[in-house]
Amino acid sequence: MCMADTFLKLDHVKKYFGGVKALKGVSLEVKCGEIHCLAGENGCGKSTLIKVISGAHNATEGEIYIEGKRIDKLTPIDSIRMGIQVIYQDFAVFPNLSVAENIAMNHALMTGAKKMKWKEARELALHAMEQIGAHMDPDILVERLSVANKQMVAICRAIINDAKLLILDEPTTALTANEVEKLNIIIRNLKEKGMAIVIVNHKLDEIYRIADRLTILRNGENVATGMIEEFDRARFVKCLTGHEVADDIYRPEYFEEEIVKVENLTKKGAFENVNFTLRKGDVLGITGLLGSGRGEIGDALFGLAPAETGTITLNGKKIEIRSVQDAMKYKIGYVPEDRLTQGLFMDRSICQNTVAASIGRYMEKTGLDHKKMKEVTWQWIKTIGCAASSSEAMMRTLSGGNAQKMVIAKWLNTEPSLLILNGPTVGVDVGSKADIHTILHELAKKGIGIMIISDDLNELIHNCNKLIIMKNGQTSGIIETGDMSEAELTGLLNSGM
Amino acid sequence: MNKKVKQILTTNEIIVVYIIIALCILIGIVNPVFLGMSTAITLSRAMLITLIFAICEMVVIISGGIDVSFPAVACIAMYSTIRFVIAFGIESPIFAYGMVALIGLAFGALNAYLIAKIKLPPLIATLGVSSVANGATLAFLGTKEISNIPEKMDALSKVFLISYTNSQGITYQLTALILIPVSMIIVAYYVLKYTMLGRGIYAIGGDKNAARIAGFNVTRIQFIVYMSSGLFAGIGGLTYTILMRQASPQSLMGSEMMVIAAVVVGGTRITGGHGTVIGTILGVLLIAIVQNNLIMLGIPTHFQTFVVGLIIVIGTSITSLRAKKIANSAKV
Ligand SMILES: Nc1ncnc2c1ncn2[C@@H]1O[C@H](COP(=O)(O)OP(=O)(O)OP(=O)(O)O)[C@@H](O)[C@H]1O
Ligand SMILES: [Mg+2]
Repeated sequence: MCMADTFLKLDHVKKYFGGVKALKGVSLEVKCGEIHCLAGENGCGKSTLIKVISGAHNATEGEIYIEGKRIDKLTPIDSIRMGIQVIYQDFAVFPNLSVAENIAMNHALMTGAKKMKWKEARELALHAMEQIGAHMDPDILVERLSVANKQMVAICRAIINDAKLLILDEPTTALTANEVEKLNIIIRNLKEKGMAIVIVNHKLDEIYRIADRLTILRNGENVATGMIEEFDRARFVKCLTGHEVADDIYRPEYFEEEIVKVENLTKKGAFENVNFTLRKGDVLGITGLLGSGRGEIGDALFGLAPAETGTITLNGKKIEIRSVQDAMKYKIGYVPEDRLTQGLFMDRSICQNTVAASIGRYMEKTGLDHKKMKEVTWQWIKTIGCAASSSEAMMRTLSGGNAQKMVIAKWLNTEPSLLILNGPTVGVDVGSKADIHTILHELAKKGIGIMIISDDLNELIHNCNKLIIMKNGQTSGIIETGDMSEAELTGLLNSGM
Repeated sequence: MNKKVKQILTTNEIIVVYIIIALCILIGIVNPVFLGMSTAITLSRAMLITLIFAICEMVVIISGGIDVSFPAVACIAMYSTIRFVIAFGIESPIFAYGMVALIGLAFGALNAYLIAKIKLPPLIATLGVSSVANGATLAFLGTKEISNIPEKMDALSKVFLISYTNSQGITYQLTALILIPVSMIIVAYYVLKYTMLGRGIYAIGGDKNAARIAGFNVTRIQFIVYMSSGLFAGIGGLTYTILMRQASPQSLMGSEMMVIAAVVVGGTRITGGHGTVIGTILGVLLIAIVQNNLIMLGIPTHFQTFVVGLIIVIGTSITSLRAKKIANSAKV
C-alpha cells in the first residue's frame, strides 16, 4: 500500500502539443488514503495531466515526485511499477480478449512474465472481481460487455497490482445512478485500504458525495486546491468557470401549435403504445432506468431501429420513418448516446465533422464550398464554446467534452425540425452545459421540437417542462415538471407510478 | 452450459469444418477414391507453401496490420540466393536457407520500420516494399528461369516421409518439407496462446493505444511480427523452388490474394485482434480442396476461380457479419 504521507507531487508541470499549451504549469499533491477530485472546464487539461502522471505523455517541463523521490523520465511501465493505475475515459480495455485476460494482463506485464498462464489469470480475475463485488463470466470477450461492466473490468485490472494510486477519468459518464452508487462504495472501500484516489468529474453533486479534497484547473493552470468543505457551490462554480453561472429553470409559455404528435408507437421488445404531444416551446424529456425503453424511442424516431406500428405527425404532416434517410429527409436530428463510436470521425477535421450531416448545403456546381464550411464551423466553435484552435484541427485532438459539443453543433447545423438528444451534456462542464441549454431553449421557442433523453435528473428538471417516464417499455407517466424537485422525481422514478 | 455448447458449435472454425465436410461428402459421392490416403497426401503437398505464408499473414493480420509484400520478398530472397549459390558453387542447403532467411528478415525489418516508426499504413508500406523487391529482382537479377538447382538442395525434394501406393499402382509420396509448415504451426500455436509476446500481438490488434498504455512495447512487437513474416517469406520462397525444382523470379507473384483469403475465411478478422492457427489451417485446407478437387465434381477449371472467389466473398462476409452482430447484440 501507499507508504509515504504524500504519494504524488507535481511541481509546475507543463505540457505543450506543438503550439497548443495544454498544461501551463500545474502543481498537485495527492496524499495516501484520500479521494482527490480534479475539476475544470472542458479542455483545461485534466486528461492531459493524468496522461503525464501515467507516463503516456512526457511532460515538456516540470518535476514529478513519487513517494518523495524525484522521477526524471516516467514511462507507462515505470508508472505502473510504482503503483499508479489509471482508468481512462474509454477504459482502454481490449475488446478482443476475455474478461480474465484483460484483468490479468497488467499484472503479467508488470511482473515481466514471458508466459501466459491461463489458469492463474482466471484465478486472479475471479479474486479481483470478488474484492469489488462484480459478477462476470471470466471467459466472455469484453466486446460483449456493457459499459458499466467494462469499467468493472478496468477497475479489477487496476487493483490486482497493489495499486497505490488509482486515477479515474470521468468514471461515471456512462453509468446509471445505481451503478454510480456501486462505484462509490468500491472507491471508498479502496480508500479505506489506504489507496490514494484521483477522480475527474464534471458533476458537482457526485463530487460533493465522494471527494475529500479538490483541485480545480483552468486553462492549464491550477486555480484552487482545498478540502471539499471549503468549497460551497457558488465558489466551486466561480473557480471552475471564472464567472457565475445562472441556475435558471426553463418553463416556457403555453402555445397551442403541435410540433410532434406520437400515437401508439410500438416496437416489440423495446416499447409499447407510446403516446405524447410536443407543442411549440416544449422541451420534452424522456427518462427511465436503463432498459426501460427510453433510448429505443430515440432510435425509433431517427430510424435506427424503426417502430413497427403507430403514427408520427411532424408539423401537422403524418410521416413514416423506416430508415435514417427518412428521418433526415424530414429534418430529424439525433445526438446519439455513444458518441465515441456513433457520432464522430476522430481522424477527420472538426470542420468535416461539423458539416457531415448537412454537407448537401455546401455543394456548389464547382464542388464543395470549403470557405463557407470553415466559416460555419468556426461560428459554431464560438457559439458552443468549444476550445479548439482552428476548424481544421483533428477531431482526436479535442478534449472529451469539446468533442461532445461539436456533435451537438453538427446536428444544430442541419437546422432540424426535431432534434432528439440522448444524454446531450455527458462530460460537458457546468458552464458550457448552461450555454448548450440556452441554445436548446431558444430553438424550442422558435418552434423546433426538442427532446432530451437522459437519466440526469437535475438536467431534466432544469430543462424540460414536460417529462415522460418510461418503465419496462411502457410510459408510466407524463408529467409537467412545474416546480418539482429532484428528490420528488427520483421518488417517482423508483416507485411503481 | 447449453449456451456454451451452442457457442462452440457456431464458431468460425466449426463453420469452416462444416463446409469442408460437406464438400468432402459431395466429392466423395461422385468419386469415392477421393476419401483416401492419396488425397491426404496431394492436399498436404498443395497446402505446404500456402500454409507457410498463411501462418505469417495470420499473425500480421491479428496484430492489426497486413502484409502484401511476402510474394515479392519470397521471390527476391529465393532468386538471389539461387543465383548466388550457383555462381559460387555452394551446395549446402543450410547455407541457402540461412541466406534466404536473412534477406527475408531484412525486408521484414524494412516493412516494420515503415509501419512502426514512420507510421505508414501497413497496406501502403508493404505494397511499396513489394514493388521495390519485385522491381529489384527484375532489374538486377534478370528474368531467366533457372532449373539447374544445386544437387544437394534438389535432393531435398526427394526426401519423403510417407509413401503410399494405391491399387492402380500409382505412388503418392509426402515430402519431408512438410515439416517446415508443421513446425511453424506448432510454434505459432504455442507463441500465440501461451506467451506474453503472443498475447501482445492480439492486444495491439485489439486496441493499439490500450496496449501501449498497458505497457506493451508496441514497436518491438510490430518489428517481431513483420520480421518473422519476412523471414518465413524467404524460407517459403526457397522451399517452393526446391519443390518445383526450378527457380523463376515471378513464380509466386499474385499469390497474396489467395493467402489472405485463406486466412480470413479461417475466421481471422481483417480488422485485427481475432484469429487462430486452427482456423487458418482450415481456411487453407478449404481453398486447397476447392482448387484441386472441384474438377472431380465436373466443374470446369475456369469455373474454379469463380468458386474460389465466391468462397472468399461468402467466407469473409460471414466473419464480418458475425462481428457486426456481436457489436449490435445486447451487452451483458
Ligand atoms: N494530442 C493532442 N494534440 C493537440 N492538442 C491536444 C492533444 N491532446 C489534447 N490537446 C489539447 O489540450 C487541451 C487539454 O485537453 P484535455 O483532454 O486534457 O482536456 P480535459 O480537461 O480532459 O477536458 P474534458 O473535460 O473535455 O475531458 C485541449 O485544448 C486539447 O484540445
Ligand atoms: Mg478529459
